[in-house]
Amino acid sequence: MNDASAAAEAGTGARVSLGTIFWTFLTAGAISFGGGVVAYLREFTVSDTKWLDDEGFLDALEISQTLPGLNAVNMSVIIGDNLRGIPGAIVAVAGLVLPGVVVIMGLGAFWQEQSHNPQVKAFLIGVAAAAVGLLSTVTLQLGHKQFVKPLDLAIIAATFVAVSILRIPLYIVLVVIGSAAVLLYRPGAKHKLLEERARHLRERLLHRRYISLRH
Amino acid sequence: MAKLLNLTWVFMLLAILAVGGGTAVLPEMQHITVDQFQWVTKGQFRDIYSLGQVAPGPNMLMVLLIGQKMAGAMGALVVGLAFFLPDCILTLVANRLWVRFKDSPWRAAIQHGMAPVAIGLMLAGTYAIARLSIFNLTSMLIAATIFALLLWRHINPALLVLAGGLTYLWLPHIFAHLLPH
Repeated sequence: MNDASAAAEAGTGARVSLGTIFWTFLTAGAISFGGGVVAYLREFTVSDTKWLDDEGFLDALEISQTLPGLNAVNMSVIIGDNLRGIPGAIVAVAGLVLPGVVVIMGLGAFWQEQSHNPQVKAFLIGVAAAAVGLLSTVTLQLGHKQFVKPLDLAIIAATFVAVSILRIPLYIVLVVIGSAAVLLYRPGAKHKLLEERARHLRERLLHRRYISLRH
Repeated sequence: MAKLLNLTWVFMLLAILAVGGGTAVLPEMQHITVDQFQWVTKGQFRDIYSLGQVAPGPNMLMVLLIGQKMAGAMGALVVGLAFFLPDCILTLVANRLWVRFKDSPWRAAIQHGMAPVAIGLMLAGTYAIARLSIFNLTSMLIAATIFALLLWRHINPALLVLAGGLTYLWLPHIFAHLLPH
């Protein structure tokens, strides 16, 4: 037994029913339009039902982000599993994706019927352009810590160039850059030293500019 | 049958490579489904991506439509299972082993090392969608406006996505009326 299910049992005195889990994730899956599913999950599982506390939620998010797959789906697996084991994980994921599956299949049927309709096409181009604005913000927010760290920025740039410019297959990028990045951060790595040195250099440069401005 | 098998292994592969989520694997997905196998055209890939934005829940449910287009309802089912099941199983296993690894110094190394890689991949995914959708002033304006709006304050992304679609649909008409011929 792990902390979350223990906490849930201690809090409510009874196991959360599979039906309740399903219904909760179904609601989250139905109202989270335009992405941001994780935020809705937090609302429902932390604020409303108190199945997890904030720390438990962040722990789950940490696992979800480290593993491949969609964060929201991985989160559902973890929360469902912590509450009721494998059946809990299954109903959580099923609830999360069910509304989207129904809607997207319906939209897909409509789209195939209207494949030559210029208005449908124009609308979808606009949606994709809007998604670019959205994705840029999300990437910036998710990476706000990484974008300001020279070492991380270098890894980000290398990954982007490898995939988007050089078009190197993703598995090679993941193996080469991924393992290089993990090694740079290996236990006891010198990256702290390197960053320290980089910071010193920056400060010295700033200092020099400051001095030269004064004189 | 061969088609279903192809769909299965392609989307299983994409699932395993989806470090950093769905956006991170978009360039590879586009490369495989559009360039390599020609299951969908570039335009269809963009349309399907947009439909995923309009539907509730995870946006990457769009993959179902690639399966649907290739092999009907069976195709959608196969792609859905291939794309979602491997990562679910992986997460389940990891969740149960996590306690054991929580304090391992290598766990921190993997997390710190993979975080910037995931961000780089998301950037690449964003770039892929930009290449597909931004080719004139209107689409550029839509993307830039939404980016600026979201930096300024939080707005429900669903509304922005809808507004983007309607803007692209109507703005050229409005311009045509406003500008002298």
